[in-house]
Amino acid sequence: MSDEHISHYLCIGCPLGCRLEVEDDAAGDAVAVRGFGCRRGEAYGRQEHTDPRRVVATSVRISGARWGRVPVKTSGPVPKALVRDVARAAGAVALAAPVRMGTVVLANVLGTGVDIVTTRDMEQAERRSTPIGVAGLDA
Amino acid sequence: MITAEPRHLEARYDVVVCGAGPAGMAAAVGARERGAGRVLLVDREREAGGILWQCIHHGFGLHHFGEELTGPEYAQRCLQQVIDQSIDVLTDSYVYDIGAERRLKLMSGSQGIRVIDAGAVVLAMGARERTRGAIRIPGERPSGVLTAGLAQKFVNMMGLLPGRRVVILGSGDIGLIMARRLTLEGVEVLGVFEIMPYANGLNRNIVQCLHDYDIPLHLSTTIVDIRGRDRVTGVAVAPVGEGFRPDLGRAWDIACDTVLLSIGLIPENELSRRIDLRLDPVTTGPVVSSTMETSANGVFACGNVVHIHDLVDFVSQEALLAGRAAGDYVTGHRPPADNIRLLPGDNVAYCVPHTLSTDREHVVYMRVRRPMEQCVVRFGDVLERRLRYVFPAEMVNITMKPRFLENFHGDALRVDVLPR
Amino acid sequence: MLYDVAIVGGGVIGCAIARALSRFRLLVILIEKECEVGFGTSKSNSGIIHAGHHAPSGTLKGELEWAGNQMWDALDAELDFGFARNGELMLAMTAEEVPTLEHYYRQGVARGVRGLEIWDGARVRREEPAVSADVVGGLYAPTAGVVNPYEVCFSLAESARRNGVEMLVDSPVAGIGRDGDGAFSLQTRQRQVQARFVVNAAGVFADAVARMAGAGDFCIRARKGEEYLLDKRLKGLVRRTLFPCPTPQSKGILVIPTYDGTLMVGPTAAFVEDKEARTTSAAGSDEIFAAVRRFVPGIGERDCIAEFAGLRAVADGEDFLIGRSAQRGFINCAGIQSPGLTAAPAIAERVVALLREEGLAMTPNPAFESRIDKHVRFAALPLEEQARLAAEDARYSRIGCRCEQVSEREIIDAIHAGARTLDGIKFRTRAGMGRCQGGFCSWRSMQLLSAELGIPMTAITKRGGCSWIVCERDAGEAA
Repeated sequence: MSDEHISHYLCIGCPLGCRLEVEDDAAGDAVAVRGFGCRRGEAYGRQEHTDPRRVVATSVRISGARWGRVPVKTSGPVPKALVRDVARAAGAVALAAPVRMGTVVLANVLGTGVDIVTTRDMEQAERRSTPIGVAGLDA
Repeated sequence: MITAEPRHLEARYDVVVCGAGPAGMAAAVGARERGAGRVLLVDREREAGGILWQCIHHGFGLHHFGEELTGPEYAQRCLQQVIDQSIDVLTDSYVYDIGAERRLKLMSGSQGIRVIDAGAVVLAMGARERTRGAIRIPGERPSGVLTAGLAQKFVNMMGLLPGRRVVILGSGDIGLIMARRLTLEGVEVLGVFEIMPYANGLNRNIVQCLHDYDIPLHLSTTIVDIRGRDRVTGVAVAPVGEGFRPDLGRAWDIACDTVLLSIGLIPENELSRRIDLRLDPVTTGPVVSSTMETSANGVFACGNVVHIHDLVDFVSQEALLAGRAAGDYVTGHRPPADNIRLLPGDNVAYCVPHTLSTDREHVVYMRVRRPMEQCVVRFGDVLERRLRYVFPAEMVNITMKPRFLENFHGDALRVDVLPR
Repeated sequence: MLYDVAIVGGGVIGCAIARALSRFRLLVILIEKECEVGFGTSKSNSGIIHAGHHAPSGTLKGELEWAGNQMWDALDAELDFGFARNGELMLAMTAEEVPTLEHYYRQGVARGVRGLEIWDGARVRREEPAVSADVVGGLYAPTAGVVNPYEVCFSLAESARRNGVEMLVDSPVAGIGRDGDGAFSLQTRQRQVQARFVVNAAGVFADAVARMAGAGDFCIRARKGEEYLLDKRLKGLVRRTLFPCPTPQSKGILVIPTYDGTLMVGPTAAFVEDKEARTTSAAGSDEIFAAVRRFVPGIGERDCIAEFAGLRAVADGEDFLIGRSAQRGFINCAGIQSPGLTAAPAIAERVVALLREEGLAMTPNPAFESRIDKHVRFAALPLEEQARLAAEDARYSRIGCRCEQVSEREIIDAIHAGARTLDGIKFRTRAGMGRCQGGFCSWRSMQLLSAELGIPMTAITKRGGCSWIVCERDAGEAA
């Protein structure tokens, strides 16, 4: 078993960071994954070796809110090679408050089948904030 | 949904929680669970949620909610629980003193100066970042030297960039996260410099924030000079040797306009010091019992204000415990006092809580001083757990059960992490 | 407009002179190169009001130190910048150093300095328990005090401004000529200024300014001093300013309980060529902490929260250089190193006298107002007063800087008083001076500056010039 067929990865499935080894055959197909601490890790090793993907988190411009940006993420992982383009695509978006968490701001980004969605509510900015959902107080 | 402002603030609450970040929100929920009638959450920002709003990346919630969330999503989940529990949230307000009998003084942007009496208090003010002065980086004092967390706030909340050519000092998670974030915003990140011989942040972040973007990580290297009269024009970096002394003969220059400092977090202990709580000199947070009670009666503490966590999930766990204890305190259910002290031993920097009780189960959180592989954590003779790998950046949790202590009659347990 | 007097340099000396002149019916302009008065050497000053017995007899320094020292109570009563006579102790670390204490004792007594006492080691430690067991004795001087030198500058300048002095900041002087009718013509970055008389209080650059006018070819060298600020947790560790026996070059490295209680240690003393470089160094830090630990062992690097450096203006011969020059109407006030701050009120009077001798007619200004509006230091007010103010304006009860407990309203007031930069806010309100060094409040101060001045966040600077803080992503920039 020669080393050129073994690749090393750090599992990112959870913060434990198991050290993975992926061995592939002459055709380049992954034949063995070692070092994982759970099933997700095994799957990750294979995935990272053959088709690395990333979830992208970034922020998009929003007007009329207290802050100038609202955070977004991709609804699932996208090919690692497309991460910068996905971020750039998000940079072209401009929203207006209010927005709800989970709103799709860019569907099927770059044909990946994955959406870019907001990850929080953001209200319109007001002079005074309103009491919402607070029991037993004067309205 | 995010902000809630009681138009009528009471003069007395059963439990007042200082800080409405993940720790505060969970503590408030815990207090209500245990029957505290009036619970007030106070936060100095205009909205509850704490630091989570600017932590737009993933890594939150896997343990606590069973799914992987971004920081803002985690904050919304917690906030929904707060609202569901009819907890009062007072934002734009800052607790600046706590007097005898838990009389709190608040400065509130909407309510003026207020004095509130509390049956119990939970401190959940989180952490602040170490600054340049803490490590005395030589050189000039231009603009463009700031902490990674402040840069994160500028970028993620305001869409402003801290600069265009950035050097990051410290491989803590916040610095790694910002290396990626800035790169995605078109900023040139020239490298991450770490004085230790190993990286400080989670492996996941080394891979996804540095390797993914070919950002070099220079270990055993530090910044030895910051240049620029008005704005940073460059830095000099040098490898360090024995005793972390820089070898200036091997220094090299890097032209840049920004230095981000990711050199550690400290509990936000302004209030803890002001009210003379007993502090742990290693964590600089309060000494706490197994119910997260501090040295002041009825004053509890949880989250980063006690010790710096890496996973918000454990913050929430710890805070629920503290909040429940605060709720028990005001409803008259006081558990038996702790009877065992935990003493950090070999390769253990600290343990939280600082004391235990033999009648209950506990989760003990701790950090090691040095990385170690194939090791074992030992609590005296009563408990031993094998660990494949420990390093300072990752907190270790050990569950201590009453049956382990059945035959233990001492009053102190030494905690060691040793090679197998 | 033809001014009667143009003062070049808005440090503590220039501001003191400006205020002294504002007692008279004169057209005075104060020209300062930085974005705020005091932002040269003065804001890096240790803030010590020396007891009166330090500077050698037979020098201008010696003459003006004690004279100046006695003027600070009245000045603080009028301007309320905050002054405490906390006293000082010169410490003898060995028996051989005790004669030095006695020398300064005699020098002080001869000069009329009151209250000087020599204490043995036991008494020193009773009064200052944090002092090392190695200390064998000390010279106690109750007349020494502490101020915040930047607050002094702002107060003096505000009082001068109130009484008609014009302030011109952000205006380095590039050239000084003379018109046909003898008036001086100063070219500054902002505009040209004509004045009948000029006072050169330009600190480390006073030699260059004098040469511009042909009013002297003396040399001013810069002697750099580094200072380190310690966490407030050490407040109360020492009550008095402490230092070892002085050397000819420097008073030595001190432990200073600043007016707000934050401990400061330093300064070093070393000549530097570059008059713009106010750098701190590893060597400076090591030197200071090693020196200070010798007499206060409880102090360590761990408590450092900030560091900075300042440049002392040193004239040949090490004395103050105050006097008329080859150019009639041009007064030099240069080489004002320690005890310059202490002597400042006396120096101002000396310069006023010199101007009178040079032919400047001075009729008193009957409308002279000696006081300025007391600026609110919210954290120091009693609860009832805080509640009353907050009821009037909610911004008093909105926190701006958490570490120093500065309210939002105080920051806004600082902006209205002239702060246009983060440092301007910091030195007027203390916002950003605490343990987190602006990590929590700097973006808030920036938002307030942006709102009050109607400028974008990207236009806000730390202290003028190119010291921008944030920028925007260029349109169309690739990720």
